[in-house]
Amino acid sequence: MDTSEDIVQQPSPDLVRGSETARPVKAARLSPSFISWLQAGPMMLVFLAFFLIPLVFVVIVSFWDYNEYQLLPTFSGRGYTDTFEGCIAQLPDLCTIGRTYVKTLKLCIMVWAITLFIGFWVAYFLAFHVKSKTWQMGLSLLCTIPFWTSNVIRMIAWIPLLGRNGLVNSGLVKSGLINQPLEWLLFSEFSVVLALVHLFTFFMVVPIFNSMVRIDKSLIEAAYDAGATGFQTLVNVIIPLAKPGIVIGSIFVITIVMGDFITIGVMGGQQIASAGKIIETRVNALQFPAAAANAVILLIITFLIITMMSRIVDIKKEL
Amino acid sequence: MTETTKKTGVSRRTLLKGTAGLAGLAAGSGAITGFPYVMSAEPKVLRYLGTAVNEGDDISKQCLKDTGIKIEYITATTDDVTKRVMTQPNSFDVLDTEYFSLKKLVPSGNILALDSKKIKEFDNITPVFTKGETPGGKKIGGQGTAPWKVLYLEGKDSKTFSKTATEFVTLIPTVYNADTLGIRPDIIKRPISSWAELLNPEFKGKASILNIPSIGIMDAAMVVEATGKYKYADKGNMTKEEIDLTMKVMIEAKKAGQFRAFWKDFNESVNLMASGETVIQSMWSPAVTKVRSMGIACTFQPLKEGYRSWASGFCVSKGVSGPKLDWAYEFVNWFLSGYAGAYLNRQGYYSAVLSTAKANMEPYEWAYWMEGKPAEKDIKAPDGSLLEKAGAVRDGGSYEDRMGGVACWNAVMDENDYMVRKWNEFIAA
Repeated sequence: MDTSEDIVQQPSPDLVRGSETARPVKAARLSPSFISWLQAGPMMLVFLAFFLIPLVFVVIVSFWDYNEYQLLPTFSGRGYTDTFEGCIAQLPDLCTIGRTYVKTLKLCIMVWAITLFIGFWVAYFLAFHVKSKTWQMGLSLLCTIPFWTSNVIRMIAWIPLLGRNGLVNSGLVKSGLINQPLEWLLFSEFSVVLALVHLFTFFMVVPIFNSMVRIDKSLIEAAYDAGATGFQTLVNVIIPLAKPGIVIGSIFVITIVMGDFITIGVMGGQQIASAGKIIETRVNALQFPAAAANAVILLIITFLIITMMSRIVDIKKEL
Repeated sequence: MTETTKKTGVSRRTLLKGTAGLAGLAAGSGAITGFPYVMSAEPKVLRYLGTAVNEGDDISKQCLKDTGIKIEYITATTDDVTKRVMTQPNSFDVLDTEYFSLKKLVPSGNILALDSKKIKEFDNITPVFTKGETPGGKKIGGQGTAPWKVLYLEGKDSKTFSKTATEFVTLIPTVYNADTLGIRPDIIKRPISSWAELLNPEFKGKASILNIPSIGIMDAAMVVEATGKYKYADKGNMTKEEIDLTMKVMIEAKKAGQFRAFWKDFNESVNLMASGETVIQSMWSPAVTKVRSMGIACTFQPLKEGYRSWASGFCVSKGVSGPKLDWAYEFVNWFLSGYAGAYLNRQGYYSAVLSTAKANMEPYEWAYWMEGKPAEKDIKAPDGSLLEKAGAVRDGGSYEDRMGGVACWNAVMDENDYMVRKWNEFIAA
């Protein structure tokens, strides 16, 4: 990041002089700001075409009405009112959407905390204990292994491992540790969290590792020389400097888990509610405006979480 | 076991939507691959949108051989088929879909009814579709979207279903079946005879239903009726109060830990049952066969309250006209002419024209699959793999007994929107 911006924003004296003198004569020289726009342009276009415009459509459709077989382009808040149905009437009990979000957030926090813990230490190991660049590369690639299998394979693979008659249960029963197979190993919050951690720890490892390798080693030496213990160095030097990586990794994990419905569905035996699953059910029933309304709600909540996180760390500044 | 059952079962009504991977599996299992034929000068090509039930490679190969029509399969889950008809009506020619989705498809105006006069075997189509009774004269339960209620339109472009026979047929029937609970007799070790057993606390943590709201709730309704709690006027079209009542029963069961998991597609149901995660669950016939072919005891248990049935058929996209429409008729006529029917019957489904299918099956096959008699010889799947050893009898018996025992049909309710909301509440409970 810093490299490209530096080049653009602080042109070499030659270039500055050149543009100042040459511009009035020859318009062919491109201004630095134009070049930066040109560089950012392709990404901006992709972002506009595949994110912003569809998002605008989603928001518009979320305020439409619908029947069994078509969208009715008239203003209606039905997608939203239906979603919050019973939220006041059922107090103090939570309504469907409330319960769903409590469950989603709970899963999200658990996955976030565990992936952060594991991801931090994996990155720490890669950055500070593995000296050779080749080994760092090789070991990072190893972390991508969970992505080599499809959902189907994972779904089928977990049953013989965690199932009632699976490897873990039969091992435990045979070793005499338990008498009855553990039911909560599969199709439970445990298995959902396990699968999500298994999948997404990598998203923590990469940015944290990236932050850590850029820490000037002399800072750590200085800390030791100044008499700091290993723990003090970690808390006062490494963690603050790895913060941008931690926040970026957290944003990855939180946004993915908040919207996930496949892993939660498969590993939770389709019995665990999630914000994504509500949207899926609605889409499958061809109730697009209701699905869109739920998508907007999810977006707002996720956006709030991210805003809160970026309050803690100013990512722009840290980069 | 058999590639075929896998192929055909993989995504009959599986919404499964979520898993792109699964769609990949359906594709990978061969349903839409492999057309080794060279195109002729003027190729007759039809794009065939449907679930994987009828989309066998053997069927398309035979069709090309017999008629010169090349079928290009577009395989999707039932919900995705409906979505595609709504949003991209020009992306297919022939549509193969379930009768219950007609309540959504017909008002959209995106499909074209077929002319029954151009269907050679139309008069030989089983009375299950036309009259709501078996060939033997048994009345079939009509709750839900029974095919005979939505078989005819009032006019060519009409959006109203006709109560009497007209020549405008919404869907030319192709395949159907009667679904019930699959059980593991080796684990349960006692006779099961009622839908009520699905929520019996004896099977706590070992039961499962479909994760398709409109079908799951009907299975639940079968349970509610079986336990004598309530009698529905029409399980396939509940009032809001009835939906509340049914969901309450389901939520209680879910909270008590009755369900191990809900399944969404063929393979999930097979895995749950084969691994012993569940011992009683709603299931499809070929899935039961598949579990059995793995050497695991599994019964497609007939129950005294009857079966929940489903049916699919052909229509064409509104964009189809001219020679393409002629090919579509040619294809539908070919489909009903026997080869495909026999192929479907051999997998445990039922074909629409029984006489032509019978002519394409061996007498012992017909006796086993359709008459409920003990198999004289080993019963093989269309691909030649062994399904049942000689002496076996089909679960539920004959066509008469199974179709005659149908209590209700897969449906879309008038209160569908409310039901879907309630389903989300059920999942969140």
